[in-house]
Amino acid sequence: MATEAKVLAPLDIRLARAPAGGFTSAARAAAHGRLVAMGLPGRRDEYWRYTDPAELNAPAAVTAENPMPEAPLSVSGALQIRFDGGVAAPLPQSPEGLDLALLSAADTQDIHWAGALFGVLEGEGQSPVKRPLAALNTVLATEGLLVRAGSGSHAIHVDYSIGSMGSDTYLHHCIRVGEGADLTLIESGRAGARSNILIEVDLAPGARFHHVRAQGRDADRRTVTHIFARIGAGASFKSFTFGENGRLTRNEAILDIRGDHAVAHVAGVALGNGAAVPVLHDDTVFITHGAVGCESRQVFKKVLRNGATGVFQGKILVKPGAQKTDGYQISQSLLLDEDSQFLAKPELEIYADDVKCSHGSTTGAIDETALFYLRSRGVEKDRATALLVLSFLADAIAEIEDPDLADQIVARLEDWLGLGAAE
Amino acid sequence: MLKIQNLHVKLEAEDKPILKGLDLTVETGKVHAIMGPNGSGKSTLSYVLSGRDGYEVTEGTAELDGVDLLSQEPEERASEGLFLAFQYPVEIPGVGNMTFLRTALNAQRKARGEDEVSAGDFLKLVREKAKSLKIDAEMLKRPVNVGFSGGEKKRNEILQMAVLEPKMCILDETDSGLDVDAMKLVADGVNALRSPDRAFLVITHYQRLLDHIRPDVVHIMADGRIIKTGGPELALEVEQNGYADLLAEVK
Ligand SMILES: Nc1ncnc2c1ncn2[C@@H]1O[C@H](COP(=O)(O)OP(=O)(O)O)[C@@H](O)[C@H]1O
Ligand SMILES: [Mg+2]
Repeated sequence: MATEAKVLAPLDIRLARAPAGGFTSAARAAAHGRLVAMGLPGRRDEYWRYTDPAELNAPAAVTAENPMPEAPLSVSGALQIRFDGGVAAPLPQSPEGLDLALLSAADTQDIHWAGALFGVLEGEGQSPVKRPLAALNTVLATEGLLVRAGSGSHAIHVDYSIGSMGSDTYLHHCIRVGEGADLTLIESGRAGARSNILIEVDLAPGARFHHVRAQGRDADRRTVTHIFARIGAGASFKSFTFGENGRLTRNEAILDIRGDHAVAHVAGVALGNGAAVPVLHDDTVFITHGAVGCESRQVFKKVLRNGATGVFQGKILVKPGAQKTDGYQISQSLLLDEDSQFLAKPELEIYADDVKCSHGSTTGAIDETALFYLRSRGVEKDRATALLVLSFLADAIAEIEDPDLADQIVARLEDWLGLGAAE
Repeated sequence: MLKIQNLHVKLEAEDKPILKGLDLTVETGKVHAIMGPNGSGKSTLSYVLSGRDGYEVTEGTAELDGVDLLSQEPEERASEGLFLAFQYPVEIPGVGNMTFLRTALNAQRKARGEDEVSAGDFLKLVREKAKSLKIDAEMLKRPVNVGFSGGEKKRNEILQMAVLEPKMCILDETDSGLDVDAMKLVADGVNALRSPDRAFLVITHYQRLLDHIRPDVVHIMADGRIIKTGGPELALEVEQNGYADLLAEVK
């Protein structure tokens, strides 16, 4: 019991000042209880073997150094919403069919539509794998977006900035997309020196949700995110994350496919250069197929150099009766030197007999033959290497449906590769 | 144009000599052919000239118009005007053929201090060259060599050569794996590029390509050396009698 008390110790300070909340109060209390029972994550936990959660557990954020100025993604026609160090700017006017509110404002009410989501999907997502940092978010987050897309097609761009260099940001977003509605959510920038962002997404039958995020280019940041999604019949969920450097990043996606013939795609590109500060980038995914004829797809690619570490933990669980499931998972890393490493744990657990599931994971270096081929045509070594990196990333980039956003992401990765000025 | 003297090459990783004192001079405006049995070192010669890693030059020199090739990076040699049509062209998924070609052309022009070619001019240039090689727009849009048939890959090599306009072209078994029609297309492509300012070194295992690309000089290579040099009739001799007689003659 001594060790358990030690793991909980840093929590006490934060739990002591936990907000009470209005409509969220029951959910916060329940999460509080879960958290105390689970404790904070530690290296002995099965899903924290590769990633040390100490800096995410610590009572306060470490002050960030050497911030790099960064332009947000540019998204025309989207509603712009800003959070600076976790503090929201006033919301824009909501168009017809879209209901927007800030958690801080709504939480003065005792009853709200988001009460059916807040902490609920997170709570359901605590089994079979526990996710204490998500419960911590439910307890502590006082700000976030509550978005309800009832009808029509909408786009929201959430633009984060760090606020102060010591900002410790907790944001909790709840999103519901109604039957036949379509919502695009774009997130860009770093939300804090340390940030813990949680998104709960509920997709009604036939709803469509597209998510693209770029998590910043600052090296000195610690980030943990969770997306919990409940996906209804015939609905489509697509999420893509782009990350550059970052001392510590843990992105979890917990997707629960409940309705028949639904689609869930989650993809990511991470570029890690450990030259300035160490880089660890961790994608942890859990997809549950609980319905018939659904498709899930995970495509994760990491390019690592100068001692950067990449982690991928991805699971597909096919429940009894989830026949005609089509589950695909690929995780790959390209190591640009011998100091970097990639740790992958792909898992399949299948309880239905008529399914098609595959997973693959590879680690490799730049293909010398291809590099020579390009150079023999006159392309300088760095540019040739960059072209091969783009080649490696192509099928992950292809998961971004919007060509304009895909171009912006490619421009950022060309920048990272030192090719910003080319072409 | 190309002057190779007493070239000795071994594998970097092991003490295996492959080229053992090779001498060869190709004059501007000429087409030279190298024929020889498998394993005699023909591909190695082409790789060493274009700068591939993994080989070590232990002795000898190679110059292109008086410039030392062996001390240069592969991309520098390309900008100097050297081009190798690969025996096995490489597939590069995710990189479009057009992007690849334009990047290569502009990189070479930049290295030579010339202006880059605009997107519009480039498109015109490639379309025109592609047409005569029967390479359609669809093929140009696809990733480099991905899903190309053997013949398409070889035609794509010749297209690159036509666009980059090198002065010294080395073709390594460009005929292998081609049917007669494809070989004619490739040969026509090469013949169209023949000029008084340009030289070719055509490496082939068989004589049939030389029916279409008529060489000025034919060399026979065996065991890392040029063992015999002659006119086009030498290729016919090989065709009729194989390499055995020639090899015996030298020994
Ligand atoms: N990278 C390599 N590793 C091992 N052996 C090689 C390598 N490159 C060439 N060789 C050997 O060198 C010899 C010449 O090969 P190559 O140049 O391909 O001949 P050719 O093109 O005339 O058929 C062969 O015995 C081949 O096995
Ligand atoms: Mg060969």
